[in-house]
Amino acid sequence: MSTGHASADAEAAARLLAFGMRPKLVPGRDVVYADLVRRYGEDSAFKQLTHSVAAGLGLMVLEVNAQAGAVLAATDESVFEIKMDSYARQSKIRERRDTEKVLHGLIHLATAALGYPRPDDLANDTYIGRVSVEQVDGVVREACRILDERAATNTDPLADAPELEQAWRAYARRPAAAATKDGRLAPDTTRGMVTRALRFLAEQGFLVPVSSEQGGTYRTTPRYQVQVRELAADAAFDELLALGVVSVPGEGSTLRASATDTL
Amino acid sequence: MRADETTADPDEGLARRLKALACTAPLHDLDARKSKLDWADATVYQMAEIGLHTIDQVTIAMDFDTGADHHQVAHRLLPFVAAQAPDRTTDEHTRVARWVLDNLINVGTTDRGFRRVYGAVDADGRYRRRAFDFKLLVELAAPDGEVYLRATDEAINVLVGALDTDVESAHIAAEVKLENLITRGRLADAKLAAEQARYRTVQYGEILRARLDATRRDVRSVDWERELPELLDSALTHIESRFRAETAILKNITAARDEAEDPDHKRRAAELVDIVGDCIRRHTQLQNRLQAAGAVFRAEQDRQQFSGPPQRAAIDVFGQLLTPTLDLPLSGALAPVEAYFRAGAGTSVPSVPALPSLVSLLLRPAPEREHVVGEVPDPELQPAEDTDAFTDEQWRQADALLDLPEVPRRLSGLLEEARAADPAVARLVALRAVYAYGPEVGGALRQAQRAVLLAVDDGTRLDDPEIGGADLLLMSALVDGDADDGGEPDGPGDDSPGADGADGVDAARDGTDVEREPGLFDDSDAIEEAAL
Repeated sequence: MSTGHASADAEAAARLLAFGMRPKLVPGRDVVYADLVRRYGEDSAFKQLTHSVAAGLGLMVLEVNAQAGAVLAATDESVFEIKMDSYARQSKIRERRDTEKVLHGLIHLATAALGYPRPDDLANDTYIGRVSVEQVDGVVREACRILDERAATNTDPLADAPELEQAWRAYARRPAAAATKDGRLAPDTTRGMVTRALRFLAEQGFLVPVSSEQGGTYRTTPRYQVQVRELAADAAFDELLALGVVSVPGEGSTLRASATDTL
Repeated sequence: MRADETTADPDEGLARRLKALACTAPLHDLDARKSKLDWADATVYQMAEIGLHTIDQVTIAMDFDTGADHHQVAHRLLPFVAAQAPDRTTDEHTRVARWVLDNLINVGTTDRGFRRVYGAVDADGRYRRRAFDFKLLVELAAPDGEVYLRATDEAINVLVGALDTDVESAHIAAEVKLENLITRGRLADAKLAAEQARYRTVQYGEILRARLDATRRDVRSVDWERELPELLDSALTHIESRFRAETAILKNITAARDEAEDPDHKRRAAELVDIVGDCIRRHTQLQNRLQAAGAVFRAEQDRQQFSGPPQRAAIDVFGQLLTPTLDLPLSGALAPVEAYFRAGAGTSVPSVPALPSLVSLLLRPAPEREHVVGEVPDPELQPAEDTDAFTDEQWRQADALLDLPEVPRRLSGLLEEARAADPAVARLVALRAVYAYGPEVGGALRQAQRAVLLAVDDGTRLDDPEIGGADLLLMSALVDGDADDGGEPDGPGDDSPGADGADGVDAARDGTDVEREPGLFDDSDAIEEAAL
């Protein structure tokens, strides 16, 4: 099975992956891409070959379909991997650097949470979510407020152990906006960071800008849905399971009111 | 067990009082640091007062959607700042207002807030140091992208001086007090009570605003079965009764205003009418929001609640990922968010350095500015022959002339003497005389200089063929570094016979600004020519 492929097949498989590395390109707008996607769906030998080529390069094929195109993810230590360290602002102080990274990560999580508010939305292939800078910041701040209310006892952080401070506190403390001298949005405010995250995701083909309302409004793409559903959410969930802070879910979701709560 | 009960309560009260005390620290800090400002002698300003007034102005400007921006707040502060130092310039007043505002926001720190460490005994009976983070003024972005200011709960509490009070009952108390005061004709107290009532109204509206915002974002975060209907209900009842009370009060004071004979009484009553009118306006606004709240809830519920059962198992990103991660300590949250980011950020294609592209990159001409800013004129450059306008010898001569430890001398005499030696020395002397007109005493103190040159204008015109302006009186004054720790800038002025106090200097400065400046410019032009 693994031998005997014509070199033309290998080239086609590699080309499909190359298309996948241009995240803004969709099969609907390129005949060759669409053909390769169709072949991937119909020809299991070609599918296998594509996976092998991807594995050799340090990539995973998450899904290939007509809406999203070839959705790829980098494996650990692959040259295609985007590291948090290169994304987050560099800071000389170690604790500060960690805080920045956590805040950026939380914003990315919140973007997915807002784009797919219910588990159902994440599962439904036809669902398209909408996110805006204002809403993403609002969702996190609201979650922070609820956690603050839930914290009954004195939970002010210990002065001599800043790394034990809860993440929501660090987020709530960071200002949402700050005026700069030239009227731009200051980059180390939460809205500045959210703006950056949404632009980055749009650059990666996960969001499409819709309008500049609410600080920038975007809609999600099928590619984002696949990426979050098939890989990212599980990766974070596994980490949280390992830490023992979440349990395997029951039905329903927590962002929405369950029937008994409201009706 | 008993020990726990007895220690827990006082500690909590202690912590609360420490926190309340901490909220006032930024205000005290303003006064402590004002003498260190190098752009003005700011010791005459009562910074804490200006700070409280700033919080006042921001609070009053707050309504449901927005508030005032930096510029508006600074502008509204001006009269108050100007009243403290009427003889200073408007520029300085503006600068002081901005300084106070920036310090209340704490511009310059990443979090733009304040932190105070306090100690508390925890459940195990151990003494732990904890950090209390708070903000006085926060910056928020309006829908149109503008940044505006809001006062925090901490700030309103510091301002009103009512810590930990029940908003509703405090509001009623203030209203009752107001009514009593008016019937007894004590308008000054009534104004105070009415202003307090307005702060309470704003605070009350702020709580409701937060709740309604939460509802719009996430129906579940608010208890719509009991808590919110009760809240809306009580808010409506509250508005109804306030409307009644305030309309009655308004009628009362309007009558008081019209009937009052005493102009002072009349003015106070008129102010009260304004305040109560504003309260009524705010209530109307609040009521509109309350009416819309039900519709918001129903629309959100339609959107969020009525959907089919999940089609296949997927993770609930908000409840299972975001909220648990937020609740983790910073060190623990790093692993999940990094895992999420690595998996969710997609791939990046490494750029491949290729020799042809590198060469073309390096050989690429600089971007042409003409397309962006229009034609850029090519400056004709000539090497400067001598960068110093005056030679060392000329400086030495000027130094000798301007060393005036005992008797003050007129500029005209000095110029004559200098011109006899070298015309350039005369120009240098004139320039230094003008510079000495506003000597940087603070700088001289910091650099431990022995003496500074002082120039005083007593109104005499300078009669000189080359230089125009006032015929200044010049004198060297000793800098006494130990005079006081506040860096009193008038200290050296006491030795100078020309200074009958700072007021004289400032008044003279205002009067001669126009005359002085042309002389200065004429002269510096001449200097530049000489240099070239």
